[in-house]
Amino acid sequence: MGDIFSNYDVLGAFWWTIKLSFFGGLGALVLGTIAAIMRVSPVAVMRFIGSAYVNIFRNTPLTLLMVLSVLGVTYILGVTLADDINQNALRWAMVVLAVYHGAFVCEALRSGVNTVPAGQAEAARAVGLTFGQSMREVILPQAFRGSIAPLGSVLIALIKNTTVAAVIVQAEAAGLMQRIIEFEGGSFLIFAIFALGFVVLTMPLGILFTSMSRRLAVKR
Amino acid sequence: MTEPLVVLKDVNKHFGDLHVLRDIDLEIGKGEVVVVIGPSGSGKSTLCRAINRLETIESGTITIDGKPLPQEGKELAQLRADVGMVFQSFNLFAHKTILDNVTLGPIKVRKEKKAAAEKRAMELLERVGVQQQAQKYPAQLSGGQQQRVAIARSLAMNPKVMLFDEPTSALDPEMINEVLDVMVGLARDGMTMVVVTHEMGFARKAANRVVFMADGQIVEQDTPEEFFTNAKSERAKDFLGKILTH
Ligand SMILES: Nc1ncnc2c1ncn2[C@@H]1O[C@H](COP(=O)(O)OP(=O)(O)OP(=O)(O)O)[C@@H](O)[C@H]1O
Ligand SMILES: [Mg+2]
Repeated sequence: MGDIFSNYDVLGAFWWTIKLSFFGGLGALVLGTIAAIMRVSPVAVMRFIGSAYVNIFRNTPLTLLMVLSVLGVTYILGVTLADDINQNALRWAMVVLAVYHGAFVCEALRSGVNTVPAGQAEAARAVGLTFGQSMREVILPQAFRGSIAPLGSVLIALIKNTTVAAVIVQAEAAGLMQRIIEFEGGSFLIFAIFALGFVVLTMPLGILFTSMSRRLAVKR
Repeated sequence: MTEPLVVLKDVNKHFGDLHVLRDIDLEIGKGEVVVVIGPSGSGKSTLCRAINRLETIESGTITIDGKPLPQEGKELAQLRADVGMVFQSFNLFAHKTILDNVTLGPIKVRKEKKAAAEKRAMELLERVGVQQQAQKYPAQLSGGQQQRVAIARSLAMNPKVMLFDEPTSALDPEMINEVLDVMVGLARDGMTMVVVTHEMGFARKAANRVVFMADGQIVEQDTPEEFFTNAKSERAKDFLGKILTH
């Protein structure tokens, strides 16, 4: 086991997993929030764009999107996000993780919006708030609190799904694991190390989100 | 009647096949208090909600202070700020404190300074008798207290007219009067009010006029005294017979 840690940069690989998770997650939250606002907006075109986004990305395999980003967009269309091949792939991986999970964030938020009684939006409008203001001040704060638990599940799935990035880039944990198995042969120990690494990343998050969803729940 | 503030002309609305508002003509004068009563499903809530365009109408016009209701957008938001609305189910913002419920509109819509908005909010909360609860959340208050906060929240916008849709129907009996007292006070102070309610005590004490609706139409209207003792239409007599025997 000491060999593995001294011959391979396991922590470095998990650091990339964390970076992919962090920026992918941040992007997913932003995209998902925008999509959720579009899906409940009074403008039909907005609603259409929002639901098209969700349906396209929720129903496309993540692996396919990863491959498409590098093979399709970079090699065929020539769109690069960085000069270095590895950097380019890592950035694409973040973008793909964000776009893909944004669709799930949107649905989690929408389930949160459904926990907000219609009367809240009516009262907000009756006070004279614009659509944007009632979203910002009244609906979304309550929707976020009502969707903390499903949002937690999406973020945990996102962390685990960073392993799919291994199809285009070798830097993160799953990519390193593949390399180690290639050179050292598979062993239960190697799987255990990487599995444990992910549990260390995801479990505290799960506990945090469960307690937050309880603490921040809107009392009605 | 004083000069009209809210004017509905020939207003019609359907929900699917159901004709909920039929050729509604109604003028509400400045400072006038109008009580709307009628059987369940007669369109009272819809009428109330049409006045601040929470429901759209299909034909006819509604004007407030001479201005027709604008389309959805910034202008409509501005107009709604001038029309207070109090709901049967209170609808206080559940994630905000009582004080923040009252200051949200003044700060975001009227662009008032936070300190000034809070000072005025505390005065209003005192006026409706819930100043002790300012830092609590809506779920921690009784129904009667919540409804009084809802009234304070509307008042904070300095509305030209206030709409009440069965403000006491969701309340336990012992809390009805604390809300009605606040409303009678408002009426005395000259607020223009449209109140959907079956509280005849309130109608007698505070209303200038009772409007009786049935099947989406205004069937008759009169002073409270005249209406309750001497209704003209069969529909109204029948309806009064039912609510009076209870
Ligand atoms: N959003 C809606 N969609 C379809 N039908 C509706 C809707 N809102 C109300 N209605 C129907 O329109 C009719 C009038 O409703 P409204 O709420 O205005 O009656 P109301 O006089 O306020 O009755 P109540 O005393 O029960 O509150 C009812 O038959 C109701 O079922
Ligand atoms: Mg009603």
